[in-house]
Amino acid sequence: MKLSLVEMKPGQSGVISSIKGGAGFAAKLNQIGLREGKSIKKISSVFNRGPVTVNVDNFQIAVGYGKAIRILVEVESIEENSSRG
Amino acid sequence: MRKIVLAGNPNVGKSVIFSQLTGAKVMISNYSGTTVEFTRGQLNTEHESFEVLDAPGTYSLEPTSKVEEVASDLVEKADIVINVVDATNLERNLFLTTELMERDVPLIIALNMIDEAGHKGVKIDVEKMESELGVPVIPTVAVSGEGLKDLVDSLSSSVNIDKNSLSIPDRWSYVGALVGRIQEIVHRHHSWLERLQDASLNPLTGLPLAGLVLFLAFQLVIGLGDFLHEFMEDYIFEGPYETLLVYLSEAMSGRGFLHDVLIGQLVEGKIDFEESLGVLTTGVYVELGVVLPFLAVFYLVLGFLEDSGYLPRLAVMVDRSMHRLGLHGYSIIPMVLGFGCNVPAALAARNLESRRERFIACTLMAVAVPCMAQLALIVGLVGRFGLEYLAVVFASLFFIWVVLGLIIDRVMPGYTPSMVIEIPPYRIPSLKAQVKKLVMRIKGFLVHATPYILGGILVINILYTLGIIDYLGMLFTPVVRGLLGLPGEAVSTLLIGFLRKDVAVAMLVPLGLTARQFVIGAVVLAAYFPCAATFTVMVKEMGVVDMFKSAVIMVATAFSAGFLLNLLLDTIIPAAYLAAGLVALSIILPLLLGSSSDRRELSDLDEIA
Repeated sequence: MKLSLVEMKPGQSGVISSIKGGAGFAAKLNQIGLREGKSIKKISSVFNRGPVTVNVDNFQIAVGYGKAIRILVEVESIEENSSRG
Repeated sequence: MRKIVLAGNPNVGKSVIFSQLTGAKVMISNYSGTTVEFTRGQLNTEHESFEVLDAPGTYSLEPTSKVEEVASDLVEKADIVINVVDATNLERNLFLTTELMERDVPLIIALNMIDEAGHKGVKIDVEKMESELGVPVIPTVAVSGEGLKDLVDSLSSSVNIDKNSLSIPDRWSYVGALVGRIQEIVHRHHSWLERLQDASLNPLTGLPLAGLVLFLAFQLVIGLGDFLHEFMEDYIFEGPYETLLVYLSEAMSGRGFLHDVLIGQLVEGKIDFEESLGVLTTGVYVELGVVLPFLAVFYLVLGFLEDSGYLPRLAVMVDRSMHRLGLHGYSIIPMVLGFGCNVPAALAARNLESRRERFIACTLMAVAVPCMAQLALIVGLVGRFGLEYLAVVFASLFFIWVVLGLIIDRVMPGYTPSMVIEIPPYRIPSLKAQVKKLVMRIKGFLVHATPYILGGILVINILYTLGIIDYLGMLFTPVVRGLLGLPGEAVSTLLIGFLRKDVAVAMLVPLGLTARQFVIGAVVLAAYFPCAATFTVMVKEMGVVDMFKSAVIMVATAFSAGFLLNLLLDTIIPAAYLAAGLVALSIILPLLLGSSSDRRELSDLDEIA
């Protein structure tokens, strides 16, 4: 199932399938570590169109709403509760 | 002398390594973008002296911002590049490494934060990494100095690879495969710092935490700052220092130009540190007795916030609100820095991507964020009339910040794109690094502020002696009295405010103002124009045209705000109600109006899709 970073729930993981936007836009996200094929896990998001925070490899990135909505993720599984083990 | 350039991603510890190699003192924090210009230093080894250049962090040699351009240009000029790589974050860091390998320059890799990688369960096969890349790889822990001797020893064995250039997708797949071969990740449990990390990003816990952090920071600066200030006043200024000055004053028989400049005017035959306006009386008192105590506490708190890694998390929490002012969350960093001194804040705005953002951030910061020097005087002097008056000053500046942001965002073409920032891990700040940073900042204040404070006071005395202030006072009385309800002489504070705002606020005291007049004076002084030091940096950062526009906004804002306060404060609305009303309006207005930048960014998306 494909969801944007905004639509994903905190605690959900997936693989980035596409980044919608111009080359410059994608390049900027690629540099910081977000690109097609990367596994990510959503940590949290601030309500009312706030930024989304994700875990990539070993670090965390905050993506503003306007950019997060353009990042589509193939979500692996739906974990309703986001409790950590 | 051969040049060594330290290059690497943001927040990997380049500045720490630089400072360890050269002994030079540089600003270091736990978030991206502390270094915006390069710093020079010298490294002396047994065989050779090197010039070391600390470049700002960059993700790629194809720059996307002004700060990254600096880094890219520096690499061009290097004789040896030390590529500082964050061991906890190998894949992203090696992208830049492969770009560096394609440049015609000898390279060494400092694999930094190797200890933290260990804690995170990241195991790196250094020998394999070395043989795969073909350049020396030295594991380091820059903060403790581990591995730095090896780094220096291997300078002679740096290797120029000069590979063929790869396309961006090929580069990523090369890096991805390489990391797979040299790195192993072992699972381990979350530490309490990591739990706190998640909690500060979750809005349910993060927003209250942000409120708590800002509240505590404010309380600490005001409370502890005031305590230290009182201490200095009681035990130094109204003690031995006054005795010394009385002796000096008598030695000069209590008058003459030199006496006026050094001691100033005696008030009822006595030295008055606030009103005498002499270099040794008011000048020294303002700088060391009032500003220094508050500034020291502020920088102590700021140092902790910077090094712990909290500031980028604050940026996430305030991103929504900042969008309504035409900015995004990361511009909270120049705002926070601005409370210390507006100069580094204007420099930090360089990390913002667009000219639009830089304009809005610099203008809002210069208008509505008073530096600690000025705040110390405002807290000390306005506070005497009662906390409600102090509250009016803060509320007015907050209101100006919000309303001005809302207006500029709507009037200025374009939009502010949303942010993408790296959130660094929480780190427990080391005491040694904190002390070093504090000492460096206080030294910076003393060195940079002293000539302006002393110069400012000298200028006041010359202007008074020549009768210029009286003349200007007369000339501007209609404006200053009519618009702001202040005596004509208040115009002199606006002149001095360009040199030093703290001295200018102090100069309101001899005018014998009422509470409401003092509040108006303080707000106008905070907003009307940046001090000379900030002005210079802003011109450099924004260009003459934008600075001119910004200055027009500042002057117009300051006088409108002063006029409105003159109209309302205590005449129609009592201070406490006005303060509460302004804060409420500042919160409600943006919610009602929404964000125009957001709409423009999203409609931009529709066009692409």
